[in-house]
Amino acid sequence: MGGEFVMLSLVPIAIGVLAAIACALPGNFLVLRRQALIGDAISHVVLPGIVVAFLVTGMVNSWAMMAGAAGAAVVAVMLIELIRRLGRIEPGAAMGVAFTALFAFGVLLLEQSDTSSVHLDVQHALYGNLESLIWVEATGWGSLLDPVALAGLPPELPRIAIVAAATLLYTLLLWRPLKISTFDEGFARVLGMRTNLIGLSLVIMAAIAAVAAFDAVGSIIVIAMFICPPAAARLMTNRLEVQVLWSVAFAVFSAVIGYVLAGYGPLWLGGEDAVSAAGMIATVSGLVLAIAALYAPHRKRSGAPADA
Amino acid sequence: MAEFADTTPGKRSQGLPALADKPLAVRGMTVSYGQKPAVFSLDMTVEDGSMTAIIGPNGAGKSTTLKAVLGIVPRLSGMVSVYGAPLAKARHRIAYVPQRASVDWDFPTRVIDVVLMGMARELGLLGLVRERHRERAFHCLDRVGMKDFAERQIGQLSGGQQQRVFLARALAQGADLYLLDEPFAGVDAATERAIIDVLKSLKDEGRTVVAVHHDLSTVRDYFDRVMMINVRKVAEGRVSEAFNEANLQQAYGGRLAANLMDQLQLGGH
Repeated sequence: MGGEFVMLSLVPIAIGVLAAIACALPGNFLVLRRQALIGDAISHVVLPGIVVAFLVTGMVNSWAMMAGAAGAAVVAVMLIELIRRLGRIEPGAAMGVAFTALFAFGVLLLEQSDTSSVHLDVQHALYGNLESLIWVEATGWGSLLDPVALAGLPPELPRIAIVAAATLLYTLLLWRPLKISTFDEGFARVLGMRTNLIGLSLVIMAAIAAVAAFDAVGSIIVIAMFICPPAAARLMTNRLEVQVLWSVAFAVFSAVIGYVLAGYGPLWLGGEDAVSAAGMIATVSGLVLAIAALYAPHRKRSGAPADA
Repeated sequence: MAEFADTTPGKRSQGLPALADKPLAVRGMTVSYGQKPAVFSLDMTVEDGSMTAIIGPNGAGKSTTLKAVLGIVPRLSGMVSVYGAPLAKARHRIAYVPQRASVDWDFPTRVIDVVLMGMARELGLLGLVRERHRERAFHCLDRVGMKDFAERQIGQLSGGQQQRVFLARALAQGADLYLLDEPFAGVDAATERAIIDVLKSLKDEGRTVVAVHHDLSTVRDYFDRVMMINVRKVAEGRVSEAFNEANLQQAYGGRLAANLMDQLQLGGH
């Protein structure tokens, strides 16, 4: 299976794994901050950001789109804050209002602008196109050492690799402020930490991860990866350090198993076509969470809210 | 120095140098969450080495006063001086114990990790927790009688134990001025005893303690100074002088039952 696997499956799996890790790392803190919905919000507001970036630059330039999406994420965060304060409603509702409105605005923009020449459409936005990211130049495992073949790697791979490395670096560097301000914001402020900036940086980091992942794997997987691996990991341990490691393990597991099941599962069952890899990865991550909720060691905690 | 830009003109004569020996001085502080001020034009001076209780009815702005002093909630106006310096330059001299209910005790962390959070300033962004830090954290836990719980997840503790862990974290800050928000709220008798013993030992070491307090019956046993507020300051001074019926009636707006007055055995007018 060597040559065929390297050409067809290696790159999509690697992208899936890296995207899953990039989302799961900030997802740990978002879930603990009761801000898990923000992952959902970001992955939706990314759409108008990307469309605006396309309209401004006139081309599908990934970095411009990333900037547009990150800008849209910042606008969304400020909008959420604004709605929450002026409307005096709870944060979840403010997020819901902000991201549905911005996503709808993105859909309208997309319809009204001439993007037919490029692969910008709502379907793509939701499910991505993981399976199409094949490595045409690859002939086998040896291609990993062949500069010519490496030059032909889909650009999504190095991009998501950089972003995954950035989220890892961010998590390591800001570990202490993130942990303390997530647990006790008031105390963090007394220590002199700029908790607003820490919160904003987390959302921007999540936005960058969401945008990079969105391009390759679509927003469904982004939403799933922000929430499912960290939520399942929380049930495995009572230590944040260990939780983050578990979340990465669950993210990798979901990406690999999800991709394989999507590609080969239907064949094993006698079907003909493969199913959406992004959809299957998200499904697997949901199953992991379901199993963790039933059997994980720390699912019953005295301090846990009764409704959680 | 923006913190001092909005000092009320008449108060300028009491500048920072004059307050250098006061652990905490507040002048003309107003805080508002909406239209109505939660704290209005508050003046407060905390004496060095004192134990001060901030008392007042519910919604009087007791916790808000602490939070505004610490920069947790923004001030509309007024100035705060900590040992004669603006807050930003005196953070290392302040320790804070928030209300127990203000955090999520289901957070995935252990008792020892919470105490180590008190050393975050000296550890810096990337400093590693070394053996001496852990030893100090254990010592702080020992002072509040929680050493045996160091490895427990914080959600497994009782309310009183959680409060003691918060106090241990404040001890780990190694500060000179301790600000506590309702440290005795909803704790068992043993915990109340343990906390007051620690606070008194802090006072014996020459440190200063300020606590938002709700139990009027223990004010005279626990504290030597009192600050009564009801949005505005009602009274401030030694417990033996300021903690009297007239001031209490004014602060609590006559809502204080007569039998409570009897319990407190106040001399009256």
